[in-house]
Amino acid sequence: MSGWMDHLTIAPIVLPLLAGAVMMLIDERQRTLKAAIGMASALALLGLAVLALTVADAGAAGVRVYRLGSWPANFGIVLVLDRFAALMLVLTGILGVAALTFSLPRWQKAGAHFHPLFQFQLMGLNGAFLTGDLFNLFVFFEIMLAASYGLALHGSGLARVRAGLHYIAINLSASLLFLIGVSMIYGISGTLNMADLAGRVADLAAEDRGLLEAGAAILGLAFLIKAGMWPLGFWLPNTYSTLGSASAAIVSVLSKVGIYAVLRLWLLVFGDGAGESGGFGGMVLLVGGLLTVGFGSIAVLATQNTARLAGAIVLVSSGTLLAAIGAGRMSVTGGALFYLTSSVLAVAGFFLLIELVERGRGVGADVLAVTREAFGEGDDEDADDGGAGVAIPATMAILGIGFLSSALLLAGLPPLSGFLAKFAILSPLLAAGPEVAVTTWILLAALVLSGLATVVAMTRAGIDAFWASPAAEVPRVRVAEIAPVLLLLALNLALTVQAGPAMRYMEDTARSLHAPQDYTGAVLSGLPVAGGVR
Amino acid sequence: MELILSLGIGVLTGSGVWLLLRPRTFQVIVGLSLLSYAVNLFIFSTGGLRTGAAPILEGGRAGTLAMHADPVPQALVLTAIVIGFATTALFLVLLLAARGLTGTDHVDGKESGR
Repeated sequence: MSGWMDHLTIAPIVLPLLAGAVMMLIDERQRTLKAAIGMASALALLGLAVLALTVADAGAAGVRVYRLGSWPANFGIVLVLDRFAALMLVLTGILGVAALTFSLPRWQKAGAHFHPLFQFQLMGLNGAFLTGDLFNLFVFFEIMLAASYGLALHGSGLARVRAGLHYIAINLSASLLFLIGVSMIYGISGTLNMADLAGRVADLAAEDRGLLEAGAAILGLAFLIKAGMWPLGFWLPNTYSTLGSASAAIVSVLSKVGIYAVLRLWLLVFGDGAGESGGFGGMVLLVGGLLTVGFGSIAVLATQNTARLAGAIVLVSSGTLLAAIGAGRMSVTGGALFYLTSSVLAVAGFFLLIELVERGRGVGADVLAVTREAFGEGDDEDADDGGAGVAIPATMAILGIGFLSSALLLAGLPPLSGFLAKFAILSPLLAAGPEVAVTTWILLAALVLSGLATVVAMTRAGIDAFWASPAAEVPRVRVAEIAPVLLLLALNLALTVQAGPAMRYMEDTARSLHAPQDYTGAVLSGLPVAGGVR
Repeated sequence: MELILSLGIGVLTGSGVWLLLRPRTFQVIVGLSLLSYAVNLFIFSTGGLRTGAAPILEGGRAGTLAMHADPVPQALVLTAIVIGFATTALFLVLLLAARGLTGTDHVDGKESGR
């Protein structure tokens, strides 16, 4: 192992930080240069993430610990690269490249500082996935959120500012809950390191246990607000529907960060090794997840606006994941991870597709035109031709195929990976034994019905967009805009074809999450692994 | 001392939550600030309250937590203050933008029909 490879763990954080910082120094008019730096950084991040995935997939030796300043784990901050973190890094990398490519023809011009914000968003996401320290997680959450506030408001406009106000107020309150939770956990256990905490939970005195669980519950509340669990997720469809689509594609992964944190911390701290606290709160996740699926399905059916439909679909996928995690079984968690991968890619693709489809109908284009006017960009170019790049032929056919595939993926219909993911969640639950629990049947019904609701709503939206408004002109779509959508769909197709190897990886990940000895062992071993003399 | 601190945190939290639920954006931001003060005091208190303890080490004795104040919550509170300050400033900018765009300081951007 070369010395440089040791720094692989911190590279996904440092690289976008440097790229973003350099861009801040460059004049706002040098947009091409900024776009080039941003694109280079995003591509490099994807490369690093894939490399991290191969490194992490090496079994027990795959857990890489990076000790900042070479302090032992319980004194210093550690970054940990394992299978789960690597998977999320790859997803972030893919979405980063896709959303940035999409933004190049138009969205980057809709306001100031798009590119630096985008890099800081990537930095916050990568940091949140890599860190092994609770308070450091808070810091990366704030970086991620601060960047997402900027991206949420990118392009300005009345609707965006109004929804952004709610989004920021809710997330600031959630951050305060996060702090209360973290400090309670520190006050009781005396550590902020996740792996160290996992080891201490089992030995807690009986009178302290209640306080620790209360702290964990408050902390969980902060994560569940991000994930959008009912009744904490009413802000989500509203905010997501007003986001610009390039921002929405990357910000949509934020709800999955909440899921990531729940899955990571819950299984680590309240897993099998937690003594009396084992499985604490599992029922809340299961029931809350089911309620979220129910609420999301109703929202899916009720919305008329395609962008709000996408927001409602995010709620359904969050609910499905929470319910599957709440089941607390290793085999189900594997399916949930597969579902997570598939739905992150599909939802991001759908957010990008919406704007292209809506453009022909004038709604999204109006907003964009107004904002471009506000920033004085609209004068030098024809209003219909707002950007560079080559337009594609047979636009409606390609958009239609994209929409259809998205519908299949999001509703979980065969033959695409959405169906495989739902199957992977349900099959181990049903095969668990002769007695199938009531909650399993409810979960089965919820998954099937939410799929039905999605099909109905997507069909309606599709008819509306493609058939019912023939008067609308064919949107002018550039290659750089359709390519990311097709890339995300192709990745989902690849996930379908290569479901075997992908599922093997997910199952290994689930196994190491449910039995985190490798993780805790690697973090707590006193040997300096990186950043020091070897 | 415990009583004063807990009363202080309680009063700040109560006022903060009440203001957070008010319909004017300025009340919301003051509410969030009060809440963050309460949270900062709370973080500070998790290290254990001690009067007259040495900050890090006392001369001539080996350092244990029995003798000096826990430095970690102090570091945490410092970070939390900085981040809270930055996000509040950001919220303030948005608040002004909303006031300019909507012409009202109601949180929903329009007056509720009374």
